[in-house]
Amino acid sequence: MPTGQQDAPILVLFAHPAFRASRVNRALSDAIRNLPGVHFHDLLEAYPDFYIDVAAEQRRLRMARLVVFQHPVYWYSAPAIIKHWMDQVLVNGFAYGTGGDALAGKDLLQVVTTGAPGDAYRTDGHHDYPLVELLRPVEQTARFCRMHYLRPVVIYAGRGLSDPALEEQAFSYRALLAGYPQTRPAPLSVGDDWGGGHERA
Amino acid sequence: MIGGAGMSEPNVFESALVYLGATVLAVPLAKRLGFGSVLGYLAAGIAIGPWGLRLVQSPERILHFADFGVVLLMFLIGLELDPRRLRALRRPILGAGGFQLTVTAVLAGAVALAVGVGLRDAVVIGIGMAMSSTAIALQTMAERHLLGTPAGHTGFSILLFQDLAVIPVLALLPLLGGSGGVQGANPVWVDVAEGIGAILAVVVVGRLLTRPLFRFIADAGLREVFTAFSLLIVVGIALLMQAVGLSMALGAFLAGVLLAESEYRRAVETDIEPFKGLLMGLFFIAVGMSMDFSLLQTETAKILTAVLVLLVIKIGVLGAMAPTAGIPGRQRALFAFLLSQGGEFAFVLFAAAGAAGVLAPELAPMLTLVVALSMLATPLLLLVNERLIEPRFADRSPVRPADAIDEQSPVIIVGFGRVGQIVGRLLHANRIPTTILDRDPSLIETIRKFGFKVFYGDGARLDLLRAAGAESARLIVVAVDDHSQTAEIVDLVHQHFPNLTVLARAWDLVHAFDLRDHGVERPERESFEGALRMGETALRTLGFGAYQAKQAAHRFRACDEQTNDRIYAVHRQDLSKRISIAQEARRDLEALIQSDEKVLLESGDREW
Repeated sequence: MPTGQQDAPILVLFAHPAFRASRVNRALSDAIRNLPGVHFHDLLEAYPDFYIDVAAEQRRLRMARLVVFQHPVYWYSAPAIIKHWMDQVLVNGFAYGTGGDALAGKDLLQVVTTGAPGDAYRTDGHHDYPLVELLRPVEQTARFCRMHYLRPVVIYAGRGLSDPALEEQAFSYRALLAGYPQTRPAPLSVGDDWGGGHERA
Repeated sequence: MIGGAGMSEPNVFESALVYLGATVLAVPLAKRLGFGSVLGYLAAGIAIGPWGLRLVQSPERILHFADFGVVLLMFLIGLELDPRRLRALRRPILGAGGFQLTVTAVLAGAVALAVGVGLRDAVVIGIGMAMSSTAIALQTMAERHLLGTPAGHTGFSILLFQDLAVIPVLALLPLLGGSGGVQGANPVWVDVAEGIGAILAVVVVGRLLTRPLFRFIADAGLREVFTAFSLLIVVGIALLMQAVGLSMALGAFLAGVLLAESEYRRAVETDIEPFKGLLMGLFFIAVGMSMDFSLLQTETAKILTAVLVLLVIKIGVLGAMAPTAGIPGRQRALFAFLLSQGGEFAFVLFAAAGAAGVLAPELAPMLTLVVALSMLATPLLLLVNERLIEPRFADRSPVRPADAIDEQSPVIIVGFGRVGQIVGRLLHANRIPTTILDRDPSLIETIRKFGFKVFYGDGARLDLLRAAGAESARLIVVAVDDHSQTAEIVDLVHQHFPNLTVLARAWDLVHAFDLRDHGVERPERESFEGALRMGETALRTLGFGAYQAKQAAHRFRACDEQTNDRIYAVHRQDLSKRISIAQEARRDLEALIQSDEKVLLESGDREW
């Protein structure tokens, strides 16, 4: 169910294929979904068949100043519907190419949760690469659409988070969106290494 | 009963035995040898006639009866002429058709005059000889897939123009003023007024009454009554026309055009077709029988010269106009040869002219012989073209396959109710033309308003499936709601159109299994997807996420299909000790529910 204002300045595109089994993402979503100025858009709820209403999505994007991708990291990437959404919505003439300036100047923020702890995302860690490298495709997509890719919010080891720690994460996510644009994280330039996550458990 | 009539005149059954026997023997043989069916009929006629086995002595009587085949042919030609098709072919019909008929008639008439025939006779000869054989030419073009090519279009247009020209020619024949022509006491204007009145009556009554009548009769669901009514219309109108002194063929043609736009067109066409076929066959047999071979013996040189001159004139005219009609070089000879023969209407015309006293009586048998011989020449000419003329072009220009203009729809939908409609609408929305057959007249009326191409008919009929284009379609959707009929149609399609993919609607699981027994790979249970979706909505209402509910439904469907396959395998094994359908369904349900318990949904906080 879409909540919040349809023409909100902050558009949260959320995707979690097993939402109900994810304590972290439930807490994060509950924290921000009713904020004024935020449109929380659960893509799998809206498009369980993956048949995306492209025109409606583009309309919402035009209204927004900040676009948030909130999702778990699945296989060094996002759940499939996020990629499918990008393929369908960010098309030539809208997001890039001739006349494709609908997204120019807007902010893009990734809010991701991982199963593994932060030290797994190191060259000597379990996953061999820092998360910054793994999120490059979205970063570069934003840049190609002339958006500002903001320093991401990363919550590592989502399953093992203590209740107070989770509450704190949820609170700061809420504060970030509520205080936007004053709380806007710094945009990244090409090759910037933000060293891991904005937040850490 | 039999004894009395059998003495002087062979009874109906004996005659039928002779005609049918000759047909069954001669026609397939002719086709096997590469000659068309028309030649087969002619040969059969010669064989049983006075110059052959003498099985039939008086061909005139049978010729008169078989005339009705020509009437039915005109009816079917009218039936094919919906205004759209007519408009598309307007220019070639008037241009090519008019040119061919006029020039050929003038040349043939001039030759006739030159050899000393009277002016009135020359006019009849010219027009009669200008006609080609629709039966021979159309059939050959269809067999060689030429109908979609420029040669086919032009050929069809010319034949159509000739067919149409027959009508006024037959009507005006008496006006040429033969000795026996004027027999009525009425002044001419009364005749004309009667004629116009009859035509108007046919048009008005036809427009207003045929559709409701057809619907009334179709509602009764009796196929033979429908056939009877179709024949009744033709016979009735033909007799009405005759009564007011117009040609029966004209009436039949009118009746055909009136029904061309009706949704019952295909059904009527299918019903009339075999009658036409048999009667046309009988007509050609009668022509064969009446060929006067004594004349050929005594006047050999004269007749053969006439045939030769006729062929030269017709081929010359057709060949001259071929380039203008846009017919490519390698097809020109074929095109000219195809239409080079005299036609069945020449027989009709000469007979009618003879009867009206417009044609000298001694000329008719000779002319008939000339036309029949020119028909015999067609397959020989085509052979010459194939062996000698076409190969030359093959060397010069790369062989281009005949334009594949597929006038039939790729999809046939049988049954346009709850299921067929959705399938049809989806295809329609994606610009895929479909031919739809349904047997609920009121439904057809409703849908037709929205521009769908729907025909009245019963999909379990082979001839109707064929008329709907099953030979060339790629897919048939069997969506009728009668269980046993579904299997019947499926069997029919598998048997006669093995290349056609079959999608079939199943009522329930037992029916689906039955259809699988009949070779349908995945019968679609009509209520399954709807019910599954309802279950999905139920899950959502109870708090499942949309994606979660969707996944649950997907998983359920997959499990259900697996279980079905398993049950089906068992079901096939004990097909012999088949229990009642209700019991079967209950046993299947048990197996299904047992396996459903294994469908597990996600739970717990396992995710990040």
